[in-house]
Amino acid sequence: MSKVSRRRLITGGLAATAGVSGLAAAALLAERYGLLPPDHGGAYGPGATLTYAAQRVLTAHSLAREFPRSMISKTPFANPAKHPGDAFKRLEAGRFADWRLSVDGMVARPTTFSLPDLRSLPFRSQITEVACEEGWSYIAEWIGTPLGEVLSAVGILPQARYIVYFSADPHWWDSIDMTDALHPQTLLTWGMNDGDLPVPFGGPLRMRVPRQLGYKSVKYIAHLTATDNLKKFGKGLGSAAAEAEDPYAWYVGI
Amino acid sequence: MCYPTDVSTALKPTAPELKPLVPVPKTVIVRHSGVVRATHWITFLAFVALAYSGGEIVISHPRFYWGEVGNVMTRPLFTLPIPASRRTVPTRYNYVMLDQNGWSRALHIQAAWALLLAGLVYGIYSLWTGHFKKDLFPKPADRTWRAFRDKISKYFRRSPPGEQEDHSYNLMQRTTYLGVIFLLFPLMIWTGLAMSPAFTSAFPLSVILLGGRQSARTIHFFVSWFLLIFLLAHITMVAISGFWSRMRAMIIGRAVVRQKRV
Repeated sequence: MSKVSRRRLITGGLAATAGVSGLAAAALLAERYGLLPPDHGGAYGPGATLTYAAQRVLTAHSLAREFPRSMISKTPFANPAKHPGDAFKRLEAGRFADWRLSVDGMVARPTTFSLPDLRSLPFRSQITEVACEEGWSYIAEWIGTPLGEVLSAVGILPQARYIVYFSADPHWWDSIDMTDALHPQTLLTWGMNDGDLPVPFGGPLRMRVPRQLGYKSVKYIAHLTATDNLKKFGKGLGSAAAEAEDPYAWYVGI
Repeated sequence: MCYPTDVSTALKPTAPELKPLVPVPKTVIVRHSGVVRATHWITFLAFVALAYSGGEIVISHPRFYWGEVGNVMTRPLFTLPIPASRRTVPTRYNYVMLDQNGWSRALHIQAAWALLLAGLVYGIYSLWTGHFKKDLFPKPADRTWRAFRDKISKYFRRSPPGEQEDHSYNLMQRTTYLGVIFLLFPLMIWTGLAMSPAFTSAFPLSVILLGGRQSARTIHFFVSWFLLIFLLAHITMVAISGFWSRMRAMIIGRAVVRQKRV
């Protein structure tokens, strides 16, 4: 109909070149400043990367909302989890006296903690909301040892970039970056609403990451590993959920 | 959007302001700029992806609540009469739908980013070039109830469009588009972000002002219906006014119009 003018061709070409090199530069910067999530590949990688990078740049150190005691849900919903097996049943029968949390990887002093060991560290109580990715939510008081306290007790090494956490259920593991690991509200939770943490809610020990959706708060925590590289775990995508057949994002602060 | 402007109809001598006996010469104009066309289609694709994946997310918990919290142990505001894709949600159906929440969530977030970025480009461009002022805000003479009444009655009488509508949007289009651009989409983004625990940690007012996390989710659901209704009305109007000429204008940018009279 009409010919593309030379000027338009040149400006169009320049814009396209600027766009492509801008994207390449952004990817390099994201890599350099640790803003690439482990599941950044694949069709939905760009969205996951934008979300993670934006949250890390804008909201890295903010505190999750805490609520007054009057807002604690009278009927919290314990999302059913697969029972982690016979060994767990035996530990439960012994009221978890023999429950152990082992911490290893990039730490100066790999250590195994009993529940009383954890309770002897400084602890924190907070009233926060659990929001499931399905849409429902409840508020509870969570009492636990900040993950940061445990990590400093074992002498976390400066090159550690992620904490990988494993449930007593061998198929259930996840990981968070150091921003969330050292965040004061990230708790290894052993108490709920003034009592011990009930098994349906993840007792005896649950990782509570209140700035992310519920599925990052893995139940029955038995093992932590500090690492500089998530590629060493599973398929390298950072969590069992991210490696599932219908995968869920690794970072889910949204 | 609303009236026929393709050549055949435009040349009909019955149109009130077109009474010459000689055929009116046609001209080709640039109807929509490149930025408007590109962001329009990105928004369209992103919206379709968001609506579909949003539906998939909803069926994992087709219950809605008001306030901060809500779960299967609390009373819902309302429940959709559909089966759920999760066994833990009680429905009246003895059937669990296929669970596609994982990839649906990933698509939802990615499409939301595409829509947000397209919206930013469109917004900056429109402020820069005066597109909002020139083409979207009603003209000073049209900012009266009477003008609205006249325009609406013209729709009902199905009277053909004035010549200025070959070049820009009419009053009803302007009002609707402004509502979609400055009210519905911002509300959608706001209520979406109000469900993000990391975003609300930094900006707690974003969710407090809406009355809580579950209120934000419920509003998000309703506004998505308003947008779907807009989409259907928009496509209907395009179809009535000449689907291919309108599509051509929004795809390659050009439209054949009555020659501008001096």
